Amino acid sequence: MFDLTLSQARDALRARTLSSRELTAAYLGAIDALNPEINAYITVTHDAALASADAADAVLATGEAGPMTGIPIAVKDLFCTKGVLTTAGSRILGNFIPPYESTVTANLLRDGAVFLGKANLDEFAMGSSNMTSAYGAVVNPWTRRGDNRPLVPGGSSGGSAAAVAARLALGATATDTGGSIRQPAAFCGITGIKPTYGRCSRWGVVAFASSLDQAGPVARTVQDCAIMLGSMAGFDPKDGTSADIAVPDFAAACARGVKGLRIGVPREYRLDGLSPEIDALWQQGLAWLRDAGATIVDVSLPHTKYGLAAYYIVAPAEASSNLARYDGVRFGLRADGHDLTELYEATRAEGFGAEVKRRIMIGTYVLSAGYYDAYYLRAQKVRALILRDFTEAFEHVDALLTPTAPSAAFGQGEKMDDPVTMYLNDVFTVPVNMAGLPGLSVPAGLDAQGLPLGLQVIGRKFDEETLFAVGAVLERSAGFTTLPTKRAGA
Amino acid sequence: MAYTLEGSTGTWEIVCGLEVHAQVISRSKLFSGASAAYGAEPNSQVSFVDAAFPGMLPVPNAECVAQAVRTGLGLNAQINLWSRFDRKNYFYADLPQGYQISQFEHPIVGTGVVEVTLADGSVKQIGVTRLHLEQDAGKSLHDQDPTRSFIDLNRSGVALMEIVSEPDIRSPEEAGAYLTKLRQILRYLGTCDGNMDEGSMRADVNVSVRKAGEGFRTRCEVKNVNSIRFVMMAVEAEAKRQIALWEDGGEVVQETRLFDPTRNETRSMRSKEDAHDYRYFPDPDLLPLVLDPDWVAQLKATLPELPDAKTARFMRDYGLSPYDARILVMEQASADFYERLATGRDAKQAANWMMGDFYAGLNRTGRSIETSPISADGLGELLDLIADSTINGRIAKEVLEAMIDTGERASVIVDQKGLRQVTDTGAIDAAVDKVLAANADKVAQYKAGAEKLFGFFVGQVMKAMAGKGNPALVNEALKAKLS
Repeated sequence: MFDLTLSQARDALRARTLSSRELTAAYLGAIDALNPEINAYITVTHDAALASADAADAVLATGEAGPMTGIPIAVKDLFCTKGVLTTAGSRILGNFIPPYESTVTANLLRDGAVFLGKANLDEFAMGSSNMTSAYGAVVNPWTRRGDNRPLVPGGSSGGSAAAVAARLALGATATDTGGSIRQPAAFCGITGIKPTYGRCSRWGVVAFASSLDQAGPVARTVQDCAIMLGSMAGFDPKDGTSADIAVPDFAAACARGVKGLRIGVPREYRLDGLSPEIDALWQQGLAWLRDAGATIVDVSLPHTKYGLAAYYIVAPAEASSNLARYDGVRFGLRADGHDLTELYEATRAEGFGAEVKRRIMIGTYVLSAGYYDAYYLRAQKVRALILRDFTEAFEHVDALLTPTAPSAAFGQGEKMDDPVTMYLNDVFTVPVNMAGLPGLSVPAGLDAQGLPLGLQVIGRKFDEETLFAVGAVLERSAGFTTLPTKRAGA
Repeated sequence: MAYTLEGSTGTWEIVCGLEVHAQVISRSKLFSGASAAYGAEPNSQVSFVDAAFPGMLPVPNAECVAQAVRTGLGLNAQINLWSRFDRKNYFYADLPQGYQISQFEHPIVGTGVVEVTLADGSVKQIGVTRLHLEQDAGKSLHDQDPTRSFIDLNRSGVALMEIVSEPDIRSPEEAGAYLTKLRQILRYLGTCDGNMDEGSMRADVNVSVRKAGEGFRTRCEVKNVNSIRFVMMAVEAEAKRQIALWEDGGEVVQETRLFDPTRNETRSMRSKEDAHDYRYFPDPDLLPLVLDPDWVAQLKATLPELPDAKTARFMRDYGLSPYDARILVMEQASADFYERLATGRDAKQAANWMMGDFYAGLNRTGRSIETSPISADGLGELLDLIADSTINGRIAKEVLEAMIDTGERASVIVDQKGLRQVTDTGAIDAAVDKVLAANADKVAQYKAGAEKLFGFFVGQVMKAMAGKGNPALVNEALKAKLS
């Protein structure tokens, strides 16, 4: 049963050869068995999941199933879920039970999805390793060949990616501010898409950096991601940055092929010291696309090299302001103080972890009087230039192909000495967020140690369909069938 | 004659600019659907957006934007078709988001002008620098409990317009005139009720002083002054404080101050060193505010007639003096009342009755035009009874008093009290004969040339007729009998 993909499970449910209760109960059992080791879930909602499964079975019996009816999935614990603890991976929201449902999760519920629980993440989605969660690190279901030391699943959607890879969910919601969907998808050998900024509503998603945050799915296949995104996406008048654009049939786009498409290779992504394995996989990916009828074109994105630096100004700046509301006054953790200032200081000192504090301080600094022009304003100018680079490139090509991350999953405790080393994980993914473009990561091969590597497809704004078409060809060509060591049904 | 203050070292001039916070009239708040009404139970009008719950997002309220545009148009100001919301970051318990959404760099309205008329009849233009939209904060209540503070978030997120003037104001009178005029324009536009008691309009007063011919000296900002009179007092008190300081060899430091009306003085609230660093930056939750020029044109076309235009029209169409026209136009309600009253009647007489006995009657009973027991048509009926000689002017005053006290129609009161004027010449002649017979000595004096006594005779005849005699017929009869 755990071998079924989301779309296969959907077909089985509709054919009534499998019930949602059976499927959901199996996943809950797998979570109970494996989650103590992997820690992909912060909260598991057994009873609610089974109740939704029964309701889904009743709907399936009428033959009127929605796109996600009866499919058990995980929800990143950054999405507010009505009546269910929502922590954002932080102590400061350790007791926060939202009285409302985020638009994205409401859309999934409307389409019949079954929520298994809330997936672990880096605190407030700030991290590339899932080491910053207040609820313990997530362990990557993959291990290096002959080496059992725990690896990170990537971040920030590490719990979502690990849950899908370990078969503790058929898919999961995730969010991506600088690579938080694509990098963990690559580290865990699964597929994930960050859609165009504005495609999915941000309403009810705990904010990290509002101009960059975007929700998307992680799942086992390109097709599964397309099905999930079709449910999650859509215009929402409650989010002023949501785009009033119809949601196309993403799943249908997976079958389009790449014949006649022009695929760009940004030369600036060929970093000094890029591992030969990743470079080789990249070339392989280009060859697959060429074989499938695409034309490969060299393009230049000259401002890429400033992307990471600019991102680490813009994102913390917005975060420093977005996180001001966690003050102990109205909800969440409150640490006592003799006066208001002490209450703030004690609450935030106790409630936030080190990485969150670091980013709040960076953000506060770059926005402060006398530094604003040199940092924030300049970063915004760089951002405009990055977007211009992409816009110009997309005059000549239909999509870009790059590696997703500069390395495979690393060990827990590695890269922890210097935050900048950690930030370098996002070097290939960050420019996509800065430009508000869609980006898809597909598992394409293994490194010498047997760990999965991903390739990233970047597209024009609101052209996720081309991403799904290209991703499906890569997926077929790669024939990536290797499974992680820690998984349900193993 | 320019307003100046005398110090020990010479003559000083005041330089003042006002930042007025005007609460926008709208059903819901600037970025949420919660009600913006005043006076509800604490925390009963708070959405999750207003309380800044995780994941909540602001969505601009189009009606608030329209109100800001209307106000800009009413101030003859430039409407910026592209503007942007910024975040002003600071921590306070009644500021749930930890920032106020405001417009810092790109306000929705640019430069405009307000024309004020001063007591001496002179007219002065006060420049408007800008108008921007922003959220109000909640309210902290520190007096409910000895150890705890309470927060009411009803006001949190309500739309405010901050209207900033140029430093064109040179006297307390000008400050008062500017604020009065601004309030009048906002009320005419229906964009702010101007109710300073309820805090829906409040002013920050920037004051500096200088000697003739100097550039600007350091200014201080007196925060949150909540009446026009207090603003005028604060300007003078702060200017005098600064003059004394300069003349004492001291130096004015830029700071925020508070005005204490009971002691008529300002005192320091926080110095520039303690000033917040608000870390303004564009709100990433909101796209830039882009206005359609056709929409703005439509708002402009549906703007009501504003006080200056109405004053000019009242002078032109009704032959009123500038003073009378300004008084009647002061409030939209009084202007409407007057126009209805004056239409088809003697406009000058209508103005005199309205501003004279009618206003006096309202004052006497503690009422206003809005709560008047008499409508414009009701007062018009009274004027018509004078015009068709049913009653005379003196009786009309009595009738008006009764109307104000009882709310009864003029004709009903006239009938009930039997106040119809007497036009029966027989009755008038009889009354005249009686008066002349009783005052034979005065008749002799009159005939000897004391013509002033004619008025006395008129008065006596009217008294004898209980005020109801037709004045023209009484005059005629007296003249005939005395000649």
